[in-house]
Amino acid sequence: MTAQNTEPVEPASKVDLAPGVGGGGEIPSFDITLKVRRYNPEVSEEARWDEFKLTMYGTDRVLDALHKVKWEHDGSVSFRRSCAHGVCGSDAMRINGRNRLACKTLLKDLDTSKPITVEPIKGLPVEKDLIVDMEPFFQSYREIMPFLISSGHEPTRERLQSPEDRERFDDTTKCILCAACTSSCPVFWTDGQYFGPAAIVNAHRFIFDSRDDAGDMRLEILNDREGVWRCRTTFNCSEACPRGIQVTKAIAEVKQAVLNRRI
Amino acid sequence: MQVHKYDVVIVGAGGAGMRAAIESGQRARTAVLTKLYPTRSHTGAAQGGMCAALANVEEDNWEWHTFDTIKGGDYLVDQDAAEVMAKEAIDAVLDLEKMGLPFNRTPEGRIDQRRFGGHTRDHGKAPVRRACYAADRTGHMILQTLYQNCVKHNVEFYNEYYVLDLLVLEEDAVREDGTAYKQKRVAGVVSYDLASGEIHVFQAKSVVFASGGVGKVFKTTSNAHTLTGDGMAIAFRRGIPLEDMEFVQFHPTGLAGLGILLSEAARGEGAILRNSEGERFMERYAPTIKDLAPRDIVARSMALEVREGRGCGPNKDYVLLDLTHLEPAHIDAKLPDITEFARTYLGVEPYTEPVPVFPTAHYAMGGIPTNIKGEVLQDNDTVIPGLYAAGEVACVSVHGSNRLGTNSLLDINVFGKRAGIYAAEYAQTADFVEVPEGADADTIRLVESVRNANGTERVAQLRKELQDTMDANVQVFRTEQSLNETLNVIASLRERYRNISIQDKGKRFNLDLLEAVELGFLLDMAQVMTVAALHRKESRGGHFREDYPDRDDANYMQHSMAYLDDTAQAGTVAGIRLDTKPVVFTRYEPMVRKY
Ligand SMILES: Cc1cc2nc3c(=O)[nH]c(=O)nc-3n(C[C@H](O)[C@H](O)[C@H](O)COP(=O)(O)OP(=O)(O)OC[C@H]3O[C@@H](n4cnc5c(N)ncnc54)[C@H](O)[C@@H]3O)c2cc1C
Ligand code: SF4
Ligand code: FES
Repeated sequence: MTAQNTEPVEPASKVDLAPGVGGGGEIPSFDITLKVRRYNPEVSEEARWDEFKLTMYGTDRVLDALHKVKWEHDGSVSFRRSCAHGVCGSDAMRINGRNRLACKTLLKDLDTSKPITVEPIKGLPVEKDLIVDMEPFFQSYREIMPFLISSGHEPTRERLQSPEDRERFDDTTKCILCAACTSSCPVFWTDGQYFGPAAIVNAHRFIFDSRDDAGDMRLEILNDREGVWRCRTTFNCSEACPRGIQVTKAIAEVKQAVLNRRI
Repeated sequence: MQVHKYDVVIVGAGGAGMRAAIESGQRARTAVLTKLYPTRSHTGAAQGGMCAALANVEEDNWEWHTFDTIKGGDYLVDQDAAEVMAKEAIDAVLDLEKMGLPFNRTPEGRIDQRRFGGHTRDHGKAPVRRACYAADRTGHMILQTLYQNCVKHNVEFYNEYYVLDLLVLEEDAVREDGTAYKQKRVAGVVSYDLASGEIHVFQAKSVVFASGGVGKVFKTTSNAHTLTGDGMAIAFRRGIPLEDMEFVQFHPTGLAGLGILLSEAARGEGAILRNSEGERFMERYAPTIKDLAPRDIVARSMALEVREGRGCGPNKDYVLLDLTHLEPAHIDAKLPDITEFARTYLGVEPYTEPVPVFPTAHYAMGGIPTNIKGEVLQDNDTVIPGLYAAGEVACVSVHGSNRLGTNSLLDINVFGKRAGIYAAEYAQTADFVEVPEGADADTIRLVESVRNANGTERVAQLRKELQDTMDANVQVFRTEQSLNETLNVIASLRERYRNISIQDKGKRFNLDLLEAVELGFLLDMAQVMTVAALHRKESRGGHFREDYPDRDDANYMQHSMAYLDDTAQAGTVAGIRLDTKPVVFTRYEPMVRKY
């Protein structure tokens, strides 16, 4: 992040646009089969698959397909969503076996010749269809004390922080708490007590913030049995993160910080 | 009837709700009810910045900020409120920094600031750097920081609790001048627990509405699916007026066809708009500040370009946002998220290609009327004790007829904080208002009538028709004819709404049912907006009437107030009464708004 405030170059008043600029043209349509994992204990303890045949467009995402199902075929299909453009973290789900946000996954980027499967994320209790209980996930998050702790007296103006110090933890500030990482982690699947990558990412965000004074306390928490050492570096989390956060790298940096502190 | 008792109940956990909760939670027993997990709130989608005259990078002061806000709002701003906001802006930003918000920094380590539309030095002389920001995810960082501080202060959340009703009682009272009137008192709220389908009543001395906007009355919108105007509609149904609902902001740069926002920060960082001839057309419409003119002016200019045949693409229905003259490194540092939106959703590479954009419904300037303490008004000046509103659901009114960019993240922080403090203070001295027997009856009736409805209409279809009409007729350009047509469509949709059915009849996570309830709110709000737009026979800020293209201060320099009233008639619409409320002036005389 550079912070210099250079004057932007003054752009030309008129330019020749390349032909066809801005894309456009007919949006292609295609047919898909969407296989949705269904579960509703009010109706049956058994989970099942439902299949829907849909005609979709080139700009559509998996969320659009789910909406089409809910709005035109079966209103009982249940999933969370809000922002619809990858910033609120509501709709992490397993799409063709991989954790992704439904609103950020374009159908055209999937193999539409085969059925597209949609399941709830793993490792958290399923409540209904694609909706899981997020409480255990947020509980781990809360345990790492995800807030700035600073000793000393408060300055009257802002605390100073150099652009370099600010850059140090930039990546981990992007987290939207979608749980795609944590619920893609094989350690988390077998041991629900493990803090999981998302909690560690959020600890990283404070440990490497030059304004925070509670790094030791946080490292202590993460040095716990269920802390960073459970991570076996399978990289699932980094692949799953829709915000492009280098989750495994963040965990490695936290591990390193725990070690350095010990020595 | 399950009844919970709190001193303060806050409805909504976006920026305004959580800012209020941080104050109130430290002073009084507080619960936050929210239909979404707090971090899912749409404040997190805000990109560009939050303004305050910190003067960290160049000369600035809060008086200039006040002026810009008032002029930007086309003089329909209550000037006392704008002054409070601009003054308290500085502390609002510093509060967030102290809570941990990772703002971008200047080389000296101070909070960095950038330009944004309509923010100027010395009353319009030149753009000024006033917006504090964290890359292009300022709202995300505000939402996260506020949530983090709620965790720190152990704020009690009821997540996925949908508030569906407000408990208001009326008492006979007498004004100072001896006239009798009905004083409203608030007793609490009624909510629906998504997980179990159960109804919970929350009794509270103070209730703070912070439930956000109503963008989903439109098809093309930057707003989340969940922004269905619940708080406004609930208040309206209980006889509380709504102020200035005709004023909706259409943000110039939504991704064409999708409505996903590309922040004004792009233009703040130097991006410009071009038409199909490659012309930087804003030079014609706003010669001084060009592409950084306020949003209503830019959005209208874009729509005009398209209407006059200078649109791009196969249907000539959008214009282009050009960033290609900017350094890729600069784009990556300042605008990483929005350029990724262009890549992901339109497949366009902003380094080398201009991005197709068109105005998208973005922000409701109107809402529940409050004074500068966040207290809700039941008419032009009678406060409802214990009832507060802040954020997009409210109208204080700091945005008048057009909000300046970065003034909403500011609004939610300044007035969220105020509402939280005053709500807690009120609760410390006030008594509970008794919750009447059967307080949940109306909500149960509402929910069960939807669950058991066995009509033939589909909720999604009605919603689509509503949104299509609103986009076609109540968007950037409005006429008497387009508005009347819309009212007819809404009337017939309301009729058809009585004949819906839903498929999910269960209790658990029944979002099918809630979407139907939300559509009810949308229909009410669309009607209020359209009626108010029809009655404002002038053009001002975000409201542009082609049949009355000029601002008309003699007749319309006043807020509109819409009331639900069985005995009234607003034009063709029965049951709505339209009234006016004077604008508060302190020191700025209305001038022609030129940039
Ligand atoms: C894409 C985008 C970008 C933006 N960028 C900027 C910017 O750069 N600068 C700026 O100043 N402004 C910006 N804005 C505007 C600004 O972000 C919003 O106006 C502001 O965040 C609204 O905050 P809020 O707290 O009022 O509501 P929200 O953040 O929308 O929160 C609403 C809350 O109410 C809850 N709720 C709603 N209904 C109910 C109910 N019935 N029961 C219980 N809870 C309920 C929801 O769960 C949610 O928690 C932007 C807006 C958008 C859409
Ligand atoms: S680190 Fe990435 S995947 Fe994990 S919760 Fe945060 S945003 Fe989601
Ligand atoms: S709906 Fe918000 S992230 Fe997908």
